[in-house]
Amino acid sequence: MPGVPISWYLILSAVLFALGVSGFLLRRNIITVFMSIELMLNAVNLAFITFSYQFKQVDGQIFSFFVMVVAAAEAAVGLAIILTVFKNRRTLNIDDVSTLKN
Amino acid sequence: MNFFLLSLIKAAVVAFVLLTTLAYLQWVERKVIAHIQVRLGPSRVGPHGLLQPLADVIKLISKEDLIPPYVNKFLYLFAPFLAITMSLLSISVIPFGGEIHIFGDSTWMQLADLNIGVLVILAISSMGVYGIALAGWASNNKYSLLGGLRSSAQMISYELPLSMAVAAPLLLANTLSLRHIVLQQSGYYLGFIPRWSIFQGPMPQIFSFVIFLIAAFAETNRIPFDLPEAENELVAGYHTEYSSMKFAAFFMAEYANMVTVCAMTTTLFLGGWLPLWPASGGSSFVPTAIFLFAGAISLYHGLNPARKKDRITLPAVAVVFFLIAVLFLIPAAQAALTPLFWFAAKTGALLFIFIWIRGTLPRFRYDQLMAFAWKFMFPAAILNLLVTGLLVALFS
Amino acid sequence: MDVILFLIFAVIAVVCGINVVVQSHPISSAISLVGVMGSLAVLYLLLGAEFLAAAQVIVYAGAVMVLFIFVIMLLNAGGEIRHGRSIMAQVLGIPLLFAFLGLMAFFVQRLFPSTALVHFGAFQHGGAQDVGRALFTRFLLPFEVISVLILIAILGAVVLARKELE
Repeated sequence: MPGVPISWYLILSAVLFALGVSGFLLRRNIITVFMSIELMLNAVNLAFITFSYQFKQVDGQIFSFFVMVVAAAEAAVGLAIILTVFKNRRTLNIDDVSTLKN
Repeated sequence: MNFFLLSLIKAAVVAFVLLTTLAYLQWVERKVIAHIQVRLGPSRVGPHGLLQPLADVIKLISKEDLIPPYVNKFLYLFAPFLAITMSLLSISVIPFGGEIHIFGDSTWMQLADLNIGVLVILAISSMGVYGIALAGWASNNKYSLLGGLRSSAQMISYELPLSMAVAAPLLLANTLSLRHIVLQQSGYYLGFIPRWSIFQGPMPQIFSFVIFLIAAFAETNRIPFDLPEAENELVAGYHTEYSSMKFAAFFMAEYANMVTVCAMTTTLFLGGWLPLWPASGGSSFVPTAIFLFAGAISLYHGLNPARKKDRITLPAVAVVFFLIAVLFLIPAAQAALTPLFWFAAKTGALLFIFIWIRGTLPRFRYDQLMAFAWKFMFPAAILNLLVTGLLVALFS
Repeated sequence: MDVILFLIFAVIAVVCGINVVVQSHPISSAISLVGVMGSLAVLYLLLGAEFLAAAQVIVYAGAVMVLFIFVIMLLNAGGEIRHGRSIMAQVLGIPLLFAFLGLMAFFVQRLFPSTALVHFGAFQHGGAQDVGRALFTRFLLPFEVISVLILIAILGAVVLARKELE
């Protein structure tokens, strides 16, 4: 066929999102959890750009651009927080930082 | 001819020329730095050391290719591959010359003219950071790790002033495609001043040129910004644990980055393959004149040689130069090769400046280097972009 | 040609995605995530979003992931040690995941007819000019707000990560 059906892109986006969610729920290392969040954001970006193609408008790409910027800002602040948590608790396992008391 | 076949031939030619240039760039660097330091440089292997790169390649290939047992194998093997791939990829969007007509087909002297060409070069240079960071990590050695981290932090810090300095001539050129950026710089003011970006109104891009060049020194880890790989600082930085061909890959990657960055400077600021003054003023005969002059000098030194060997080698070099000068007189070759000559001359001049600065300046300390990037270069680049934008908005 | 390219890069994206979730050392996850972002950039190119493909590689793969890799290398905390993994969760969870995804795929296929095909070059308005025009005219307010957001994020990161003044 001369092209790829749009539903394939959306299914790929759903698969990546599901992988991101499973990583977020199953992993214990803070940084891996954070990377699963980035994976989810990327999957959503793909969905936005697919819809932008479908409706032949650039708005989906603009929104995807904003998602990218927000993800970058969030990564910066989140990693700074992780650095601070590591300095205090000496561990990156989220099970070990789950109590409010020291 | 079939588009794929033509592209394949162009890619093969460019790859061959690039790899030979990388090898001989190392020879040129060693000779120039040697003469700056009042010594001879490679002069034994072949006439004037011209076969030195070949000897180096043979040595590096035949060295024992050992993988230390304490390294992370996958990353250890992947990092130099990543570094060299990213360095060699950028050359595919650089325009070397104008349109040429061979065997009835007309094609541009450029591998791929993407309409986001500038962004592709920035993207590839961003990915080049990984080769170094992963090499530092994979070597499982604290000096390599520190060197790798410092080097990659330096590269991503200087990417910011680099991108801002690239954005300013883009405001003048109004396009992201490298071919169109060069074409926008054609034409002459007052008949003889070229309309290159650094001379173009409403805002001559001199500051962008300087900022880009300084950021390029830092991006390619050249002196004065080469603390992360200096021999007397961190052993050898991120490539401490590498030997033979993998080390050669990092070396080649550094030189390829240098060539790419000089080619980008030429394309964005110095008018790419456009001549210095119009062809109507005789600029098409400049290559011939230069090669004749070089041949005359070689012949003169061949007739009063400093060493006995030079009685044969220098006149041979003179003959080669005269032949090339005659080549540039043939009209068909002249039309095709003159833009290439101008591009090579400008890029070569910038590479000579890179090598000259390496032989002359001391290196920055790491904190001085980072402070320079964040506290001076980045605000300067933003200010430059603002002023350019303001002037373009007011006068266009 | 579009189908082949899509299949290659979709498979690379999914394999790297699974690798992100499955690998024990965070650095392997980080490199796999870079692989996902690279293949997604190619897919954006196929969908006509060329500016966004370049922005994805420059911003996401070339800066955000480098930041991740820096933090992982600096903290050097080592791989994750698994304990208390419940077999029940794996036995039930993975087939459920597949069933859910299969159901989702079926419904998406029904919703979007196969006459809507994606081929390279059909959407010409994804270049820098069109994205820039939209950003600076229709989406000017979000653009300005997001610049303030980046400023706040920079300030926050600098404050959080600096050395304590004793």
